[in-house]
Amino acid sequence: MNIKNGKELLKRCMEEGITIGEFTLRQEMEESGLSREEIYERMVDNLRVMEFSTSKGVGEKVISVSGLIGGDAYRLGKYLKKGQSVSGNVMVKAMSYALSCSEVNASMGKIVACPTAGACGILPAVIMTMKEEHQVEEEDLIMGLFASAGIGAIIAQNATISGAEGGCQAECGSAAAMAAAAVVEIMGGTPEMCLNAGAIVFKNTLGLVCDPIAGLVEVPCAKRNASGAVSAITAADMVLAGVVSRIPFDDTVAAMYSIGKSMPEALRETGIGGLAGTKTGKKLKKEIFGSKSEKSKNKMNDDTFDEKEETKDS
Amino acid sequence: MKKKYGVFDIIGPIMIGPSSSHTAGAAKLAKIARGIAGEEPVEVHFYLHGSFSKTYKGHGTDRALVAGVLGMDPADENLRDSLKMAKAKEMVVSFNEKDLGDVHPNSVRVDMVLKSGEKVSVMGSSIGGGAVEITQIDGEEISFSGNYPTLLITQKDVPGVVANVSKLLYECQVNIAFMSLFRDQKGREAMMIFELDQNIGKEILDQLKVIDCVEHVRFVPLSSNVINYPVV
Repeated sequence: MNIKNGKELLKRCMEEGITIGEFTLRQEMEESGLSREEIYERMVDNLRVMEFSTSKGVGEKVISVSGLIGGDAYRLGKYLKKGQSVSGNVMVKAMSYALSCSEVNASMGKIVACPTAGACGILPAVIMTMKEEHQVEEEDLIMGLFASAGIGAIIAQNATISGAEGGCQAECGSAAAMAAAAVVEIMGGTPEMCLNAGAIVFKNTLGLVCDPIAGLVEVPCAKRNASGAVSAITAADMVLAGVVSRIPFDDTVAAMYSIGKSMPEALRETGIGGLAGTKTGKKLKKEIFGSKSEKSKNKMNDDTFDEKEETKDS
Repeated sequence: MKKKYGVFDIIGPIMIGPSSSHTAGAAKLAKIARGIAGEEPVEVHFYLHGSFSKTYKGHGTDRALVAGVLGMDPADENLRDSLKMAKAKEMVVSFNEKDLGDVHPNSVRVDMVLKSGEKVSVMGSSIGGGAVEITQIDGEEISFSGNYPTLLITQKDVPGVVANVSKLLYECQVNIAFMSLFRDQKGREAMMIFELDQNIGKEILDQLKVIDCVEHVRFVPLSSNVINYPVV
Protein backbone atom coordinates (compact mmCIF):
# COMPACT_ATOMS: atom_id res chain seq x y z
CA MET A 1 0.00 0.00 0.00
CA ASN A 2 1.27 3.38 -0.98
CA ILE A 3 0.01 5.15 2.11
CA LYS A 4 1.70 5.77 5.41
CA ASN A 5 -0.89 5.07 8.05
CA GLY A 6 -4.51 5.00 9.12
CA LYS A 7 -4.72 8.75 9.22
CA GLU A 8 -3.71 9.04 5.58
CA LEU A 9 -6.03 6.17 4.65
CA LEU A 10 -8.92 8.01 6.24
CA LYS A 11 -8.05 11.24 4.47
CA ARG A 12 -7.83 9.56 1.08
CA CYS A 13 -11.09 7.64 1.56
CA MET A 14 -12.90 10.82 2.58
CA GLU A 15 -11.46 12.88 -0.27
CA GLU A 16 -12.47 10.27 -2.81
CA GLY A 17 -15.72 9.42 -1.06
CA ILE A 18 -15.02 5.68 -1.05
CA THR A 19 -14.81 2.82 1.44
CA ILE A 20 -11.56 1.33 2.74
CA GLY A 21 -12.28 -1.81 0.71
CA GLU A 22 -12.68 0.15 -2.51
CA PHE A 23 -9.57 2.22 -1.77
CA THR A 24 -7.51 -0.90 -1.09
CA LEU A 25 -8.69 -2.58 -4.28
CA ARG A 26 -7.79 0.52 -6.33
CA GLN A 27 -4.37 0.69 -4.69
CA GLU A 28 -3.73 -2.92 -5.62
CA MET A 29 -4.72 -2.22 -9.23
CA GLU A 30 -2.31 0.69 -9.32
CA GLU A 31 0.58 -1.22 -7.77
CA SER A 32 0.19 -4.55 -9.58
CA GLY A 33 -0.97 -3.24 -12.94
CA LEU A 34 -3.65 -5.92 -12.94
CA SER A 35 -7.29 -5.33 -13.79
CA ARG A 36 -10.02 -4.94 -11.22
CA GLU A 37 -11.51 -8.28 -12.31
CA GLU A 38 -8.21 -10.18 -11.95
CA ILE A 39 -7.68 -8.87 -8.45
CA TYR A 40 -11.30 -9.43 -7.48
CA GLU A 41 -11.18 -13.03 -8.73
CA ARG A 42 -8.08 -13.72 -6.70
CA MET A 43 -9.93 -12.62 -3.60
CA VAL A 44 -12.79 -14.93 -4.58
CA ASP A 45 -10.24 -17.78 -4.64
CA ASN A 46 -9.32 -16.86 -1.08
CA LEU A 47 -12.97 -16.81 -0.05
CA ARG A 48 -13.45 -20.33 -1.48
CA VAL A 49 -10.59 -21.68 0.64
CA MET A 50 -12.07 -19.84 3.65
CA GLU A 51 -15.43 -21.57 3.04
CA PHE A 52 -13.61 -24.90 3.08
CA SER A 53 -11.47 -24.26 6.14
CA THR A 54 -14.33 -22.83 8.26
CA SER A 55 -16.70 -25.71 7.54
CA LYS A 56 -14.44 -28.76 7.46
CA GLY A 57 -13.83 -28.97 11.20
CA VAL A 58 -17.49 -28.36 12.03
CA GLY A 59 -18.70 -31.17 9.78
CA GLU A 60 -16.16 -33.73 10.97
CA LYS A 61 -13.63 -34.06 13.76
CA VAL A 62 -10.33 -32.74 12.40
CA ILE A 63 -7.34 -33.79 14.51
CA SER A 64 -3.93 -32.09 14.35
CA VAL A 65 -0.79 -33.94 13.23
CA SER A 66 0.52 -34.01 16.81
CA GLY A 67 -2.85 -35.00 18.25
CA LEU A 68 -2.73 -32.07 20.66
CA ILE A 69 -5.91 -30.43 19.36
CA GLY A 70 -8.94 -31.44 17.33
CA GLY A 71 -12.67 -31.95 17.40
CA ASP A 72 -13.49 -28.70 19.19
CA ALA A 73 -15.08 -27.04 16.15
CA TYR A 74 -17.23 -30.14 15.78
CA ARG A 75 -18.25 -29.92 19.46
CA LEU A 76 -19.26 -26.28 19.12
CA GLY A 77 -21.18 -27.06 15.95
CA LYS A 78 -23.24 -29.67 17.77
CA TYR A 79 -23.71 -27.31 20.71
CA LEU A 80 -24.97 -24.60 18.37
CA LYS A 81 -27.64 -26.90 17.01
CA LYS A 82 -29.09 -27.35 20.49
CA GLY A 83 -29.87 -23.63 20.49
CA GLN A 84 -29.14 -23.15 24.18
CA SER A 85 -25.88 -21.25 24.07
CA VAL A 86 -25.14 -18.41 26.44
CA SER A 87 -23.58 -16.01 23.93
CA GLY A 88 -25.95 -16.66 21.03
CA ASN A 89 -25.72 -18.05 17.52
CA VAL A 90 -23.40 -15.43 16.07
CA MET A 91 -20.75 -15.91 18.72
CA VAL A 92 -20.91 -19.70 18.86
CA LYS A 93 -20.83 -19.99 15.09
CA ALA A 94 -17.89 -17.60 14.81
CA MET A 95 -16.00 -19.56 17.45
CA SER A 96 -16.71 -22.90 15.77
CA TYR A 97 -15.53 -21.56 12.40
CA ALA A 98 -12.37 -20.08 13.87
CA LEU A 99 -11.56 -23.36 15.61
CA SER A 100 -12.22 -25.26 12.39
CA CYS A 101 -9.64 -23.21 10.48
CA SER A 102 -7.06 -23.67 13.20
CA GLU A 103 -7.68 -27.41 13.29
CA VAL A 104 -7.42 -27.71 9.50
CA ASN A 105 -4.20 -25.69 9.63
CA ALA A 106 -2.69 -27.88 12.35
CA SER A 107 -3.53 -31.01 10.38
CA MET A 108 -1.42 -29.64 7.50
CA GLY A 109 -4.55 -28.88 5.50
CA LYS A 110 -5.26 -25.97 3.18
CA ILE A 111 -5.98 -22.52 4.63
CA VAL A 112 -5.57 -18.85 3.75
CA ALA A 113 -2.99 -17.06 5.87
CA CYS A 114 -4.77 -13.88 6.99
CA PRO A 115 -2.55 -12.29 7.92
CA THR A 116 -0.73 -15.43 9.09
CA ALA A 117 -1.51 -19.13 9.39
CA GLY A 118 -1.40 -18.95 13.17
CA ALA A 119 -4.27 -16.45 13.04
CA CYS A 120 -5.98 -18.00 10.00
CA GLY A 121 -9.31 -18.62 11.71
CA ILE A 122 -10.36 -15.14 12.78
CA LEU A 123 -11.16 -13.30 9.56
CA PRO A 124 -12.75 -16.28 7.75
CA ALA A 125 -14.85 -17.09 10.83
CA VAL A 126 -16.17 -13.56 11.07
CA ILE A 127 -16.78 -13.24 7.31
CA MET A 128 -18.62 -16.57 7.01
CA THR A 129 -20.67 -15.81 10.12
CA MET A 130 -21.68 -12.47 8.59
CA LYS A 131 -22.72 -14.28 5.42
CA GLU A 132 -24.91 -16.78 7.20
CA GLU A 133 -26.25 -14.86 10.17
CA HIS A 134 -26.69 -11.49 8.44
CA GLN A 135 -27.37 -12.72 4.90
CA VAL A 136 -24.54 -10.62 3.43
CA GLU A 137 -24.06 -10.93 -0.35
CA GLU A 138 -20.82 -12.37 -1.68
CA GLU A 139 -19.76 -9.08 -3.27
CA ASP A 140 -20.02 -7.31 0.08
CA LEU A 141 -18.03 -10.09 1.75
CA ILE A 142 -15.29 -9.70 -0.86
CA MET A 143 -15.16 -5.93 -0.39
CA GLY A 144 -15.01 -6.54 3.36
CA LEU A 145 -11.97 -8.74 2.75
CA PHE A 146 -10.34 -5.93 0.77
CA ALA A 147 -11.02 -3.54 3.65
CA SER A 148 -9.41 -5.93 6.09
CA ALA A 149 -6.41 -6.29 3.75
CA GLY A 150 -5.98 -2.52 3.73
CA ILE A 151 -5.98 -2.43 7.51
CA GLY A 152 -3.60 -5.38 7.66
CA ALA A 153 -1.17 -3.75 5.22
CA ILE A 154 -1.01 -0.63 7.38
CA ILE A 155 -0.30 -2.75 10.45
CA ALA A 156 2.39 -4.75 8.64
CA GLN A 157 4.02 -1.63 7.20
CA ASN A 158 4.13 0.23 10.51
CA ALA A 159 4.59 -2.64 12.95
CA THR A 160 4.70 -6.39 12.37
CA ILE A 161 2.33 -9.30 11.79
CA SER A 162 4.85 -11.93 12.85
CA GLY A 163 4.52 -13.70 16.20
CA ALA A 164 8.27 -14.24 16.27
CA GLU A 165 8.72 -10.49 16.13
CA GLY A 166 5.74 -9.14 18.09
CA GLY A 167 4.01 -11.98 19.92
CA CYS A 168 0.41 -13.14 19.50
CA GLN A 169 -0.89 -9.57 19.60
CA ALA A 170 0.81 -9.11 16.21
CA GLU A 171 -0.90 -12.15 14.72
CA CYS A 172 -4.28 -12.72 16.41
CA GLY A 173 -4.51 -9.07 17.44
CA SER A 174 -3.93 -7.89 13.88
CA ALA A 175 -6.31 -10.49 12.44
CA ALA A 176 -9.05 -9.43 14.84
CA ALA A 177 -8.48 -5.74 14.09
CA MET A 178 -8.74 -6.53 10.38
CA ALA A 179 -11.91 -8.58 10.90
CA ALA A 180 -13.52 -5.89 13.06
CA ALA A 181 -12.94 -3.30 10.34
CA ALA A 182 -14.44 -5.66 7.76
CA VAL A 183 -17.59 -6.15 9.83
CA VAL A 184 -18.04 -2.42 10.33
CA GLU A 185 -17.65 -1.75 6.63
CA ILE A 186 -20.03 -4.57 5.69
CA MET A 187 -22.62 -3.15 8.10
CA GLY A 188 -22.35 0.24 6.44
CA GLY A 189 -20.01 1.99 8.88
CA THR A 190 -17.69 4.79 7.77
CA PRO A 191 -13.93 4.36 7.23
CA GLU A 192 -13.40 6.23 10.49
CA MET A 193 -15.59 3.72 12.31
CA CYS A 194 -13.61 0.86 10.76
CA LEU A 195 -10.38 2.28 12.20
CA ASN A 196 -12.06 2.77 15.56
CA ALA A 197 -13.03 -0.89 15.61
CA GLY A 198 -9.45 -1.89 14.82
CA ALA A 199 -8.17 0.38 17.58
CA ILE A 200 -10.55 -1.13 20.14
CA VAL A 201 -9.44 -4.65 19.22
CA PHE A 202 -5.80 -3.72 19.70
CA LYS A 203 -6.55 -2.14 23.05
CA ASN A 204 -8.05 -5.47 24.10
CA THR A 205 -5.29 -7.68 22.74
CA LEU A 206 -2.13 -5.68 23.52
CA GLY A 207 0.50 -7.62 25.38
CA LEU A 208 -0.65 -11.02 24.23
CA VAL A 209 2.44 -13.21 24.03
CA CYS A 210 3.16 -16.03 21.60
CA ASP A 211 3.77 -19.09 23.77
CA PRO A 212 2.75 -22.19 21.85
CA ILE A 213 3.12 -25.57 23.53
CA ALA A 214 6.00 -27.48 21.93
CA GLY A 215 6.27 -24.61 19.45
CA LEU A 216 3.23 -25.94 17.58
CA VAL A 217 0.49 -23.70 16.18
CA GLU A 218 -2.12 -25.51 18.28
CA VAL A 219 -2.26 -24.68 22.01
CA PRO A 220 -3.24 -21.94 22.79
CA CYS A 221 -3.52 -20.73 19.17
CA ALA A 222 -6.78 -22.41 18.22
CA LYS A 223 -8.69 -20.96 21.17
CA ARG A 224 -7.07 -17.57 20.66
CA ASN A 225 -8.50 -17.64 17.17
CA ALA A 226 -11.95 -18.28 18.63
CA SER A 227 -11.42 -15.47 21.10
CA GLY A 228 -10.10 -13.15 18.36
CA ALA A 229 -13.25 -13.68 16.30
CA VAL A 230 -15.36 -12.82 19.33
CA SER A 231 -13.23 -9.76 20.04
CA ALA A 232 -13.67 -8.55 16.45
CA ILE A 233 -17.45 -8.87 16.57
CA THR A 234 -17.79 -7.16 19.95
CA ALA A 235 -15.55 -4.26 18.88
CA ALA A 236 -17.61 -3.87 15.70
CA ASP A 237 -20.83 -3.76 17.71
CA MET A 238 -19.40 -1.14 20.07
CA VAL A 239 -18.39 1.07 17.17
CA LEU A 240 -21.67 0.58 15.31
CA ALA A 241 -23.40 1.74 18.50
CA GLY A 242 -21.37 4.96 18.31
CA VAL A 243 -18.52 4.13 20.69
CA VAL A 244 -15.23 5.84 19.77
CA SER A 245 -11.69 4.79 20.69
CA ARG A 246 -9.94 7.52 22.65
CA ILE A 247 -6.61 6.25 21.39
CA PRO A 248 -6.52 6.45 17.58
CA PHE A 249 -5.78 3.40 15.45
CA ASP A 250 -2.24 4.44 14.45
CA ASP A 251 -1.27 4.87 18.09
CA THR A 252 -2.57 1.44 19.00
CA VAL A 253 -0.49 -0.03 16.16
CA ALA A 254 2.57 1.82 17.45
CA ALA A 255 1.88 0.54 20.97
CA MET A 256 1.54 -3.02 19.70
CA TYR A 257 4.90 -2.72 17.93
CA SER A 258 6.75 -1.25 20.86
CA ILE A 259 5.32 -3.85 23.24
CA GLY A 260 6.26 -6.58 20.78
CA LYS A 261 9.83 -5.37 20.54
CA SER A 262 10.21 -5.35 24.30
CA MET A 263 8.97 -8.92 24.69
CA PRO A 264 11.69 -11.42 25.59
CA GLU A 265 12.48 -13.97 22.91
CA ALA A 266 11.05 -16.72 25.13
CA LEU A 267 7.60 -15.19 24.56
CA ARG A 268 7.92 -14.75 20.81
CA GLU A 269 7.08 -18.02 19.12
CA THR A 270 10.03 -19.95 20.46
CA GLY A 271 7.89 -22.40 22.42
CA ILE A 272 9.89 -21.69 25.56
CA GLY A 273 8.12 -19.22 27.85
CA GLY A 274 4.56 -18.61 29.00
CA LEU A 275 2.21 -21.57 28.67
CA ALA A 276 4.91 -23.52 26.83
CA GLY A 277 7.19 -23.15 29.86
CA THR A 278 4.68 -24.48 32.37
CA LYS A 279 4.95 -27.96 33.85
CA THR A 280 2.09 -29.18 31.70
CA GLY A 281 3.43 -27.41 28.65
CA LYS A 282 6.77 -29.14 28.99
CA LYS A 283 5.18 -32.49 29.72
CA LEU A 284 3.09 -32.24 26.56
CA LYS A 285 6.16 -31.33 24.56
CA LYS A 286 7.93 -34.42 25.87
CA GLU A 287 4.98 -36.60 24.98
CA ILE A 288 4.95 -35.24 21.43
CA PHE A 289 8.66 -35.18 20.65
CA GLY A 290 9.91 -37.92 22.94
CA SER A 291 12.09 -37.39 25.98
CA LYS A 292 15.22 -36.17 24.18
CA SER A 293 15.86 -32.66 25.43
CA GLU A 294 17.22 -29.96 23.18
CA LYS A 295 17.98 -27.80 26.14
CA SER A 296 21.74 -28.07 26.07
CA LYS A 297 21.85 -26.58 22.61
CA ASN A 298 19.79 -23.53 23.53
CA LYS A 299 21.32 -20.26 24.53
CA MET A 300 21.06 -19.05 28.13
CA ASN A 301 18.79 -16.07 27.59
CA ASP A 302 16.26 -18.17 25.73
CA ASP A 303 16.03 -20.58 28.59
CA THR A 304 15.02 -18.21 31.34
CA PHE A 305 11.73 -19.93 31.92
CA ASP A 306 13.09 -23.44 31.67
CA GLU A 307 15.77 -22.70 34.18
CA LYS A 308 13.36 -21.33 36.75
CA GLU A 309 11.38 -24.52 36.47
CA GLU A 310 14.52 -26.60 36.71
CA THR A 311 15.58 -24.95 39.95
CA LYS A 312 12.18 -25.60 41.45
CA ASP A 313 12.24 -29.22 40.38
CA SER A 314 15.65 -29.93 41.79
CA MET B 1 13.74 0.36 1.81
CA LYS B 2 10.57 0.48 3.86
CA LYS B 3 8.50 -2.68 3.98
CA LYS B 4 5.56 -2.61 1.59
CA TYR B 5 2.66 -5.03 1.60
CA GLY B 6 0.08 -5.74 -1.07
CA VAL B 7 -3.43 -7.11 -0.61
CA PHE B 8 -2.38 -10.71 -1.14
CA ASP B 9 0.57 -10.53 1.23
CA ILE B 10 -2.03 -9.89 3.91
CA ILE B 11 -4.92 -12.12 2.77
CA GLY B 12 -2.87 -15.02 1.53
CA PRO B 13 -1.08 -17.04 0.58
CA ILE B 14 -3.35 -20.00 0.24
CA MET B 15 -1.09 -22.56 1.84
CA ILE B 16 -0.62 -25.83 3.64
CA GLY B 17 -0.45 -25.29 7.40
CA PRO B 18 0.52 -24.93 10.08
CA SER B 19 2.62 -21.73 10.04
CA SER B 20 2.85 -18.98 7.43
CA SER B 21 6.32 -17.95 8.52
CA HIS B 22 7.62 -21.41 9.48
CA THR B 23 5.92 -23.48 6.77
CA ALA B 24 4.79 -21.33 3.81
CA GLY B 25 7.62 -18.78 4.11
CA ALA B 26 10.16 -21.57 4.50
CA ALA B 27 8.90 -23.32 1.38
CA LYS B 28 8.97 -20.08 -0.61
CA LEU B 29 12.47 -19.24 0.59
CA ALA B 30 13.85 -22.66 -0.28
CA LYS B 31 12.17 -22.60 -3.68
CA ILE B 32 13.89 -19.29 -4.42
CA ALA B 33 17.20 -20.81 -3.23
CA ARG B 34 16.72 -23.64 -5.69
CA GLY B 35 15.90 -21.07 -8.37
CA ILE B 36 19.17 -19.28 -7.65
CA ALA B 37 21.06 -22.57 -7.84
CA GLY B 38 19.40 -23.12 -11.21
CA GLU B 39 18.84 -26.83 -10.73
CA GLU B 40 17.91 -29.39 -8.12
CA PRO B 41 20.88 -29.90 -5.77
CA VAL B 42 22.16 -33.36 -4.89
CA GLU B 43 23.02 -32.21 -1.39
CA VAL B 44 21.39 -29.56 0.78
CA HIS B 45 22.31 -28.42 4.28
CA PHE B 46 20.01 -26.09 6.20
CA TYR B 47 21.42 -23.84 8.93
CA LEU B 48 18.51 -22.68 11.09
CA HIS B 49 18.63 -19.56 13.21
CA GLY B 50 16.51 -18.24 16.12
CA SER B 51 12.89 -19.31 16.18
CA PHE B 52 13.51 -21.50 13.13
CA SER B 53 16.11 -23.50 15.02
CA LYS B 54 13.92 -23.92 18.09
CA THR B 55 10.67 -25.01 16.50
CA TYR B 56 11.36 -26.26 13.01
CA LYS B 57 10.11 -29.79 13.53
CA GLY B 58 6.79 -28.88 15.08
CA HIS B 59 5.94 -26.41 12.35
CA GLY B 60 6.97 -28.73 9.56
CA THR B 61 9.69 -26.23 8.63
CA ASP B 62 11.92 -29.15 7.71
CA ARG B 63 9.33 -30.61 5.34
CA ALA B 64 8.60 -27.15 3.90
CA LEU B 65 12.27 -26.33 3.26
CA VAL B 66 12.88 -29.63 1.51
CA ALA B 67 9.64 -29.21 -0.45
CA GLY B 68 10.86 -25.82 -1.65
CA VAL B 69 14.21 -27.22 -2.74
CA LEU B 70 12.26 -29.91 -4.63
CA GLY B 71 10.44 -27.07 -6.41
CA MET B 72 7.10 -27.22 -4.59
CA ASP B 73 4.94 -24.20 -3.82
CA PRO B 74 3.61 -23.43 -0.33
CA ALA B 75 0.11 -24.61 -1.35
CA ASP B 76 1.31 -27.97 -2.72
CA GLU B 77 -0.58 -30.81 -1.06
CA ASN B 78 2.51 -33.03 -1.36
CA LEU B 79 4.48 -30.71 0.92
CA ARG B 80 4.02 -32.95 3.94
CA ASP B 81 5.67 -35.89 2.13
CA SER B 82 8.75 -33.98 0.95
CA LEU B 83 11.25 -35.70 3.24
CA LYS B 84 10.25 -39.09 1.83
CA MET B 85 10.44 -37.71 -1.70
CA ALA B 86 13.95 -36.34 -1.15
CA LYS B 87 15.02 -39.68 0.26
CA ALA B 88 13.64 -41.50 -2.76
CA LYS B 89 15.77 -39.20 -4.93
CA GLU B 90 18.79 -39.93 -2.71
CA MET B 91 19.21 -36.25 -1.98
CA VAL B 92 21.50 -35.67 1.00
CA VAL B 93 19.68 -33.44 3.51
CA SER B 94 20.78 -32.11 6.89
CA PHE B 95 19.31 -29.69 9.44
CA ASN B 96 21.63 -27.76 11.75
CA GLU B 97 21.02 -25.16 14.45
CA LYS B 98 23.27 -22.15 13.97
CA ASP B 99 23.55 -18.58 15.17
CA LEU B 100 23.63 -16.65 11.90
CA GLY B 101 24.33 -13.34 13.61
CA ASP B 102 22.22 -10.19 13.78
CA VAL B 103 19.43 -11.37 11.49
CA HIS B 104 15.64 -11.81 11.63
CA PRO B 105 14.59 -14.53 14.12
CA ASN B 106 13.23 -16.70 11.31
CA SER B 107 16.32 -17.05 9.18
CA VAL B 108 17.95 -19.94 7.39
CA ARG B 109 21.04 -20.48 5.27
CA VAL B 110 20.64 -23.02 2.53
CA ASP B 111 23.93 -24.56 1.40
CA MET B 112 23.49 -26.57 -1.77
CA VAL B 113 25.84 -28.82 -3.70
CA LEU B 114 24.97 -29.32 -7.36
CA LYS B 115 25.60 -32.35 -9.53
CA SER B 116 28.71 -30.70 -10.98
CA GLY B 117 30.12 -30.21 -7.48
CA GLU B 118 29.45 -26.46 -7.61
CA LYS B 119 28.36 -25.00 -4.28
CA VAL B 120 25.66 -22.37 -3.89
CA SER B 121 24.74 -20.76 -0.59
CA VAL B 122 21.59 -18.68 -0.09
CA MET B 123 20.49 -17.03 3.12
CA GLY B 124 17.12 -15.47 3.80
CA SER B 125 14.45 -14.64 6.33
CA SER B 126 10.78 -15.45 6.59
CA ILE B 127 9.49 -12.06 7.64
CA GLY B 128 5.87 -12.92 8.41
CA GLY B 129 2.69 -13.98 6.65
CA GLY B 130 4.61 -16.12 4.16
CA ALA B 131 6.65 -13.19 2.82
CA VAL B 132 10.42 -13.60 2.59
CA GLU B 133 13.58 -11.63 2.06
CA ILE B 134 16.69 -13.10 0.49
CA THR B 135 19.64 -11.53 2.32
CA GLN B 136 22.80 -13.29 1.11
CA ILE B 137 24.03 -15.21 -1.88
CA ASP B 138 27.39 -16.98 -1.55
CA GLY B 139 28.23 -14.76 1.40
CA GLU B 140 27.48 -11.50 -0.42
CA GLU B 141 24.89 -9.32 1.29
CA ILE B 142 22.01 -8.48 -1.03
CA SER B 143 18.27 -8.01 -0.69
CA PHE B 144 15.20 -9.01 -2.68
CA SER B 145 11.72 -10.30 -1.98
CA GLY B 146 11.10 -13.01 -4.56
CA ASN B 147 7.76 -11.37 -5.34
CA TYR B 148 8.92 -10.57 -8.86
CA PRO B 149 10.81 -12.50 -11.51
CA THR B 150 14.36 -11.68 -10.41
CA LEU B 151 17.52 -11.35 -12.47
CA LEU B 152 20.83 -11.62 -10.59
CA ILE B 153 23.99 -10.58 -12.35
CA THR B 154 27.50 -10.85 -10.98
CA GLN B 155 29.91 -8.51 -12.74
CA LYS B 156 33.26 -6.78 -12.55
CA ASP B 157 32.76 -3.46 -10.77
CA VAL B 158 33.64 -1.25 -13.75
CA PRO B 159 31.72 1.56 -15.45
CA GLY B 160 29.19 0.72 -18.14
CA VAL B 161 27.95 -2.72 -17.16
CA VAL B 162 24.74 -1.48 -15.60
CA ALA B 163 24.05 0.63 -18.67
CA ASN B 164 24.69 -2.26 -21.06
CA VAL B 165 22.46 -4.62 -19.14
CA SER B 166 19.61 -2.16 -18.81
CA LYS B 167 19.97 -1.23 -22.48
CA LEU B 168 19.55 -4.88 -23.47
CA LEU B 169 16.52 -5.24 -21.20
CA TYR B 170 15.07 -2.12 -22.77
CA GLU B 171 15.65 -3.45 -26.27
CA CYS B 172 13.88 -6.65 -25.31
CA GLN B 173 10.94 -4.67 -23.92
CA VAL B 174 11.50 -5.95 -20.39
CA ASN B 175 10.29 -3.56 -17.74
CA ILE B 176 12.30 -3.23 -14.53
CA ALA B 177 10.21 -2.87 -11.37
CA PHE B 178 13.13 -2.43 -8.94
CA MET B 179 16.87 -2.43 -9.35
CA SER B 180 19.67 -2.51 -6.81
CA LEU B 181 23.42 -2.78 -6.93
CA PHE B 182 25.64 -4.32 -4.26
CA ARG B 183 29.39 -4.46 -3.99
CA ASP B 184 31.98 -5.42 -1.45
CA GLN B 185 34.91 -3.34 -2.50
CA LYS B 186 35.45 -0.80 -5.26
CA GLY B 187 36.74 -2.29 -8.48
CA ARG B 188 36.20 -5.92 -7.43
CA GLU B 189 33.02 -7.84 -7.92
CA ALA B 190 29.50 -6.40 -7.79
CA MET B 191 26.03 -7.83 -7.98
CA MET B 192 23.06 -6.29 -9.73
CA ILE B 193 19.55 -7.34 -8.89
CA PHE B 194 16.68 -6.59 -11.23
CA GLU B 195 13.13 -7.31 -10.12
CA LEU B 196 11.16 -7.48 -13.35
CA ASP B 197 7.58 -7.15 -14.47
CA GLN B 198 7.81 -10.28 -16.59
CA ASN B 199 9.60 -13.59 -16.78
CA ILE B 200 12.40 -13.72 -19.31
CA GLY B 201 13.44 -16.61 -21.52
CA LYS B 202 16.73 -18.33 -22.31
CA GLU B 203 17.39 -16.16 -25.34
CA ILE B 204 17.66 -12.97 -23.32
CA LEU B 205 19.68 -14.70 -20.61
CA ASP B 206 22.19 -15.90 -23.22
CA GLN B 207 22.57 -12.35 -24.53
CA LEU B 208 23.12 -11.05 -21.01
CA LYS B 209 25.88 -13.60 -20.39
CA VAL B 210 28.05 -12.28 -23.22
CA ILE B 211 27.94 -8.64 -22.14
CA ASP B 212 31.44 -7.40 -21.32
CA CYS B 213 32.48 -7.88 -17.67
CA VAL B 214 29.35 -9.88 -16.81
CA GLU B 215 30.56 -12.94 -14.96
CA HIS B 216 27.48 -14.80 -13.90
CA VAL B 217 23.79 -14.56 -14.77
CA ARG B 218 21.08 -16.16 -12.72
CA PHE B 219 17.36 -15.86 -13.12
CA VAL B 220 14.69 -16.76 -10.58
CA PRO B 221 11.34 -16.98 -12.32
CA LEU B 222 8.33 -16.03 -10.30
CA SER B 223 7.37 -19.06 -8.31
CA SER B 224 4.19 -20.10 -6.67
CA ASN B 225 0.64 -19.10 -6.50
CA VAL B 226 0.96 -15.53 -7.58
CA ILE B 227 0.11 -13.87 -10.81
CA ASN B 228 1.19 -15.54 -14.04
CA TYR B 229 3.74 -13.26 -15.58
CA PRO B 230 4.14 -13.27 -19.34
CA VAL B 231 7.45 -14.59 -20.68
CA VAL B 232 9.44 -12.35 -22.99
